[in-house]
Formats: sequence, structure tokens, C-alpha cells
Amino acid sequence: MEYKDYYKILGVARDASKDDIKRAYRKLARKYHPDVSKETDAEARFKEVNEANEVLKDPAKRAEYDALGTGWHAGDEFRPPPGAGAHRREHEFSAEEAAHFSDFFSSIFGGGGGMGGFGGARGARDDFRRRGTDQTARIRISLEDAYHGASRQLRLDVPEFDNSGQVQTRGRTLNVRIPAGITEGQQIRLAGQGGPGLGGEPGDLFLEVEFEPHPVYRCEGRDIDVRLPISPWEAALGATVPVPTLGGTVSLKIPAGSQSNQRLRLKGRGLPGRGSTKTAGDAFVQLEIVNPPTLDDGARTAYQDLSKRCGAFNPRAKLGV
Amino acid sequence: MAQRQTGIEGVLLDEHTVVSITELTQVCGVDVDQILLMVSEGVLQPTDGAQPEQWHFTGIEVRRARRALRLQRDLELNLSGTALALDLLDEIEQLRRRVRALEHHLGSMRD
Repeated sequence: MEYKDYYKILGVARDASKDDIKRAYRKLARKYHPDVSKETDAEARFKEVNEANEVLKDPAKRAEYDALGTGWHAGDEFRPPPGAGAHRREHEFSAEEAAHFSDFFSSIFGGGGGMGGFGGARGARDDFRRRGTDQTARIRISLEDAYHGASRQLRLDVPEFDNSGQVQTRGRTLNVRIPAGITEGQQIRLAGQGGPGLGGEPGDLFLEVEFEPHPVYRCEGRDIDVRLPISPWEAALGATVPVPTLGGTVSLKIPAGSQSNQRLRLKGRGLPGRGSTKTAGDAFVQLEIVNPPTLDDGARTAYQDLSKRCGAFNPRAKLGV
Repeated sequence: MAQRQTGIEGVLLDEHTVVSITELTQVCGVDVDQILLMVSEGVLQPTDGAQPEQWHFTGIEVRRARRALRLQRDLELNLSGTALALDLLDEIEQLRRRVRALEHHLGSMRD
């Protein structure tokens, strides 16, 4: 297992005072809290910061950690010295706490590896029951999956108590149904699919939905934005052109005299609605006039002719030039 | 590592999913008093009903309640601090969406 430099994780010196440690921890906890931070590794960082605080805020644990010596560097291969973990019985961790901490932590302070303290507590209270913890996982789906609905396979690491009351992490695969019309940021609650209880009910699993960036569409709630390139003559003369939507290609009538950045609405062509009203979102088509990259002689002549005929038009009139 | 294969359908916590105050306490693992406090602080907004027993909360509020409880617990915030944090987080989320929309509209200039 890897050695963890708890001082480095909190960004404090080895001789930092209790107040320094508390201040550093609070600051980092706010920064990396998974409900606050949008950074992709926020959850891992938050756990790491909590683990470092758990050790450094407690003088006994800090002394034990310091006794490992200063020769270590973060990431070094670590083997616990003989006698490490002697204080196990003094620490009581719940399964959820133990599961949050690293193997490195467990090898020194118990917890994940040997739940001596926890087993002892259970023996003393035969009626001890504990509901499993709720878990939250992020799930990334495509816009197409949100439109049509989909089944997704999830792999989860679940902490579990084995027969001797020790915590083990178990890999689990779940097939989850994603309902059509789900929108970004919404959660799916899977009752009883969270952490296992100890004599109590299991916790719930909450899946929070994120959309993969899409090359063509952008999503706002149930509405879909799409940029639609059109030719100058389609914009000038009007035309009926194909537009891609999540439900398939549709025909859109471009009015004569259309401009770049003009937005046209395709009602009900966004993500499907849910509930009793089932109001679907709309698709908004933003026009973008695109010129042919090259002109042959005939086209050049036609443009020159156009230039003469529309000579009075000044597209920069608003700029006063 | 043992593996288990299951096919399951969850409950989508959107504006069409509605729970009672009792169900909300079960999902959040808190007692009624904590929910009442969050409502009185404006953290949670029940949909209707004069008495708490008649209140309903949408899936959106369920998510908000859980988020509030996590923030309170992990960052040792008091209730009004939690309310402020949630409001600011909502506002940041709106601004992020707005930035993404503007970036999308400007996309042609960056290609």
C-alpha cells in the first residue's frame, strides 16, 4: 500500500498547531465537498482530506503517525511496522467511516482491516441495529439515452460486514433503467441498493445524472439547442431544409430574408415530458449563414452581379460607417 | 470479489415525484423536527397543505434536503448558513448553464 503524507494533504507543516490543522482542514473541506465542488476528483480529495484530519486532529493518532518517521514520501510503498494498530480497540469506527478511509489508514489505526473496536461494541449491545448508509454515484449518459430511455450497467464498490464484523469492499454490478425524459442533474433513487445495514435495513443508492457533451446538441432542461448552417441563398430566398433532432430528421421552413443567429422553434422536439402533463421540451434552431468555401467562375459572376444589384445595402449602417 | 447481477428500476426524483413528510424523513434519515426547521428556514418548500401532515415535497426537494443535510454535517454549518450555501450553489449552477448556452451560441466564432 502507499504511504500517505497527511501533512502534505492538508498543506501544513509537520509542527503545525492544532488550530493550523483545523483551519486548513475546514478550508479544504469546503473546497472539495462533493456538493460544492465541480472538480472531477472532488470526492476522492474530500475523503483524503477527511482522513488526514481524522489522524492529525487527534493527538494520540497524530503521535502514532509521527512515530512512523519523516523518511517517507507520499506514494512510497508502505509496510506497517510491527506493533502498528495496537490502539485499535480504542478507536470505534462505523462501517461507513472505515470504508471511507484508505488501507494505509487501516493498517495503522484499524478500521477497514480489523474492526476490533466495532465488534466489541456490538458484543456489548446485542440489540445493536444499524441502517446501511445511503450512497450517491454519478452516472453519465448520452442525450440519445435521455431521449429514448436506456439500461445502464453500473459497477459499484460496496462496503459490507463479513461474518466476523469486518468491513470488506465488494464489487457489484447493477443494471439500472434510465427513464426517457430524464434531465441533467436529476437523481434516481434505488431504495435498498445502498450500503448494507448491520441488523438493520440497507441504505439507498442515489444516481445523479450527467449528460455527455454532444457534438450537435446542447441541452437546457428539456429544451435542445442546435446550430443550423444555411447557405446565403437559402437565407435570402427562404427554403425548406432538413434539421437533425433527437427524434429524427425533420423539415424546417426557413423564411425569406433570414439572418444569422436568428432562432426558430420546433415545438415539442426536445426531451420528452414526464408525469401527467407530459409536456415535451422544444428544439431551438439557431441559423448560421455559411458561404461556399470556393466559388467557380459562374458563381463569382453571379455574386458580382448581386453586388451591383444590391449596391445600396450597407450591412454596417448601424456602426455609422 | 463476489458479483451480483440485478436489473432494477429506480424512482426518478423529478418534479412529478411527490413524497409526504413521513416519506421525506425516511429517505433522509432524520426526524420530523429537522424537516420542520428546514421548511421554516426556507431551505425546503412543501407544495401544498396547511398542516405538515398534508404537505408534499417534490423529488427536487428531496434532493435539496439531502444536500442540505450533507452540507450541515460535513461542514458543520448552521441552518441559515446551509440555506445561504444552497441558494448560492443554485445561482452558480444557473450562471454555469448560462455560460454554456452563450458558448454554444458563439460556437461558430471559435470553429
